[in-house]
Amino acid sequence: MNSIALTIDGRPVKAAPGTTVLEAAATLGINIPTLCYLKDVNELGSCRICMVDVKGARTLQAACVTPVAEGMEVATSTPRTLRARRTNLELILSDHPQECLTCIRNQNCELQALAEAMGLRESPYEGKMSCHPEDWSTPSLARNPAKCVLCRRCVSVCQKVQGVHAIQTMERGFDTVVAPAFHLPLGEVACVLCGQCSLVCPTGAIHERSQVEEVWAALADPGRHVVVQTAPATRVSLGEEFGMVPGSIVTGKLVAALRRLGFDRVFDTDFTADLTIMEEGYELIRRLKEGGALPLFTSCSPGWIKFVEHFYPKLLPNLSTCKSPQQMFGALAKTYYADKAGIPPDRVYVVSIMPCTAKKFEAVRPEMNVGGTRDVDAVLTTRELGRMLREAGVDFAALPEEDYDRPFGISTGAAAIFGATGGVMEAALRTAYEVVTGKALGNLNIETVRGLEGIKEVSIDLDGLTLKAAVAHGLGNARRLVELVARGETDYHFIEIMCCPGGCIGGGGQSIPTDAEIRQRRMDAIYTVDERMTIRKSHENPAVLTLYEEFLGEPLGLRSHELLHTHYQPRSLYPGRRESK
Amino acid sequence: MSQSACCQGAALSEILTDDQRNALDAIIAEHRNSPADLISVLHEAQELVGYLPQEVQVRVAEGLGVPISEVYGVVTFYSLFATRPRGKFKISLCNGTACYVRGAPRVLDRLERELGVKPGDTSADGLFSLDVVRCLGACGLGPVMTVNADVHARLKPDRLGGLLDGYRRTEGQ
Ligand code: SF4
Ligand code: SF4
Ligand code: FES
Repeated sequence: MNSIALTIDGRPVKAAPGTTVLEAAATLGINIPTLCYLKDVNELGSCRICMVDVKGARTLQAACVTPVAEGMEVATSTPRTLRARRTNLELILSDHPQECLTCIRNQNCELQALAEAMGLRESPYEGKMSCHPEDWSTPSLARNPAKCVLCRRCVSVCQKVQGVHAIQTMERGFDTVVAPAFHLPLGEVACVLCGQCSLVCPTGAIHERSQVEEVWAALADPGRHVVVQTAPATRVSLGEEFGMVPGSIVTGKLVAALRRLGFDRVFDTDFTADLTIMEEGYELIRRLKEGGALPLFTSCSPGWIKFVEHFYPKLLPNLSTCKSPQQMFGALAKTYYADKAGIPPDRVYVVSIMPCTAKKFEAVRPEMNVGGTRDVDAVLTTRELGRMLREAGVDFAALPEEDYDRPFGISTGAAAIFGATGGVMEAALRTAYEVVTGKALGNLNIETVRGLEGIKEVSIDLDGLTLKAAVAHGLGNARRLVELVARGETDYHFIEIMCCPGGCIGGGGQSIPTDAEIRQRRMDAIYTVDERMTIRKSHENPAVLTLYEEFLGEPLGLRSHELLHTHYQPRSLYPGRRESK
Repeated sequence: MSQSACCQGAALSEILTDDQRNALDAIIAEHRNSPADLISVLHEAQELVGYLPQEVQVRVAEGLGVPISEVYGVVTFYSLFATRPRGKFKISLCNGTACYVRGAPRVLDRLERELGVKPGDTSADGLFSLDVVRCLGACGLGPVMTVNADVHARLKPDRLGGLLDGYRRTEGQ
């Protein structure tokens, strides 16, 4: 490969053609400040925070969009660049509410960090402040355009990565605002509530809708029996809320932390992930044998469900009728568990710890209830749990490793990998193979469905039947795959879709920052969790088997149908329209 | 500057005549699934309807295969597009630096009171729409405004009432 030679701050560096000055500088350990830049997603050069001096150029250049050139001489920290960066930041701050102390992103805000790094001590520009209403129309996310710096990262993620196009820059000049069409609230347009926008927003302009207060209140209520479940992906990310390196496995500390907060029982969504494999696996086998819409799509990801409801309602019959593991857990906690523990179901309060903002929406879907009681009462994202623990003064790093409570704390490695793209497929195949063929699977690791490739394929021989399957993550990839299916160009039997890039480990409720490298580390950690488990196949989970024996009967049985399965509804694609086409 | 679109959720049949609707469908049909034609289609649609109500934008989005957020983004970015019905007389007040210094804010204030509208809106009788625009290029004559093709220079707030009445009279004839 021919490389390009240049100097940055007098130091020679070689870089591949197409590399930006920003990236080349980083290899020398020089971190040029950025604001609007988001690698591979938002490279617009619009905020002008990353200004550098390029010898011979008439004006300062934006490092994030300037490609390296042979013989280029770049100076990053000259009086001129520093002044320009400061001025640009001051101008941005002149239309930003100075409410850092009460902001949800206090101490985790890129604008605040820039102001600190640049040593700003005053905001010299005064002027008109933009005034746009806050938007609290969804149970998952809230928007506060007053805090928006118009970096457009959220717009790019929503368009390019998710292919949803729910938000866009509207109007022009000083009136420019990032909003849904017609300035409608987010809850009235085709937004899937994935929260990827909240994950990339450098400020507090789009953020999760916190339920921390509700959970504190429930914990303080002696009349309530508060149980908590933890999603697979949260055990490899919560550590980051406390400064641990991405990919730290904190399962035991997570359990201990939740006990310190006062939860009566600490259970695991992994348990119902195993259960999902049983129900969904049998659903697949039934559709294969007795007919039914194929391919069967997985249904654990609520953003993906909402996406199908808005954009591909014709494919609703292809969605698995299985509730997600979160909802299965809630339904069982208020029936089987309550009964076993001798607690009246209406006293049981179910909290979920999720990597996901769409889970908050899923929990309040009207059909997600048992006899009128909601399956799940409150959903906290990884970020909210981090805040709660900091508020309670829990010294996370010093916590011991503790075990989940029984019986809903018993799980397998197959459940853990639900947290990463390809994981549900791998778990399902481990079980399907053994259940259908009656033979033991030699190598449990199904590598072809692992990793960050956008769309993955696998086929597996089930004693004469070749099961063809595919996996996609990130709704942009999902749409590409679904288009093929909709045009009848594929012969897949089973398709796993996770709404967020990387799967739940990259979920919209995860720790900020979440980037490609951090996703990879969390993913590696998830597979380590799997390897360390004694049992690695869902159908061998003893607690799941007992549950069937004592309560459910058999997969797809009457009780399962009532508690663990659900239905979907078409939603409109256009504001003011009842249905989409 | 339209904070909320006009005719939200109204069916196309309530806004357009049958002829207009057929013509709109014909325009869209010509550009079906051609996202690149968005601006010209919006332009034609506006020529036809006079403005771009929400349902027209939705129809264009659907026909061209462009997300509705993008259609609305384009409509609100270009000042040539209107999301509300325009008045018979379109007032454009210059807000360039020279006009501003020479008293455009006071002119605007008076126009708002006389017409009972804010910039971007149309008066209740449907006669006047008011817009504030960037420099019209007649800086020596400021404050300046145009009413359709007429240019009015060296505006004085006190004379605006008479000026508007003149237009009201031509309408009466
Ligand atoms: S939640 Fe997802 S779909 Fe909705 S605006 Fe944000 S990125 Fe787009
Ligand atoms: S909402 Fe956040 S991510 Fe989106 S443009 Fe504004 S500051 Fe950037
Ligand atoms: S980070 Fe380079 S212009 Fe915004």
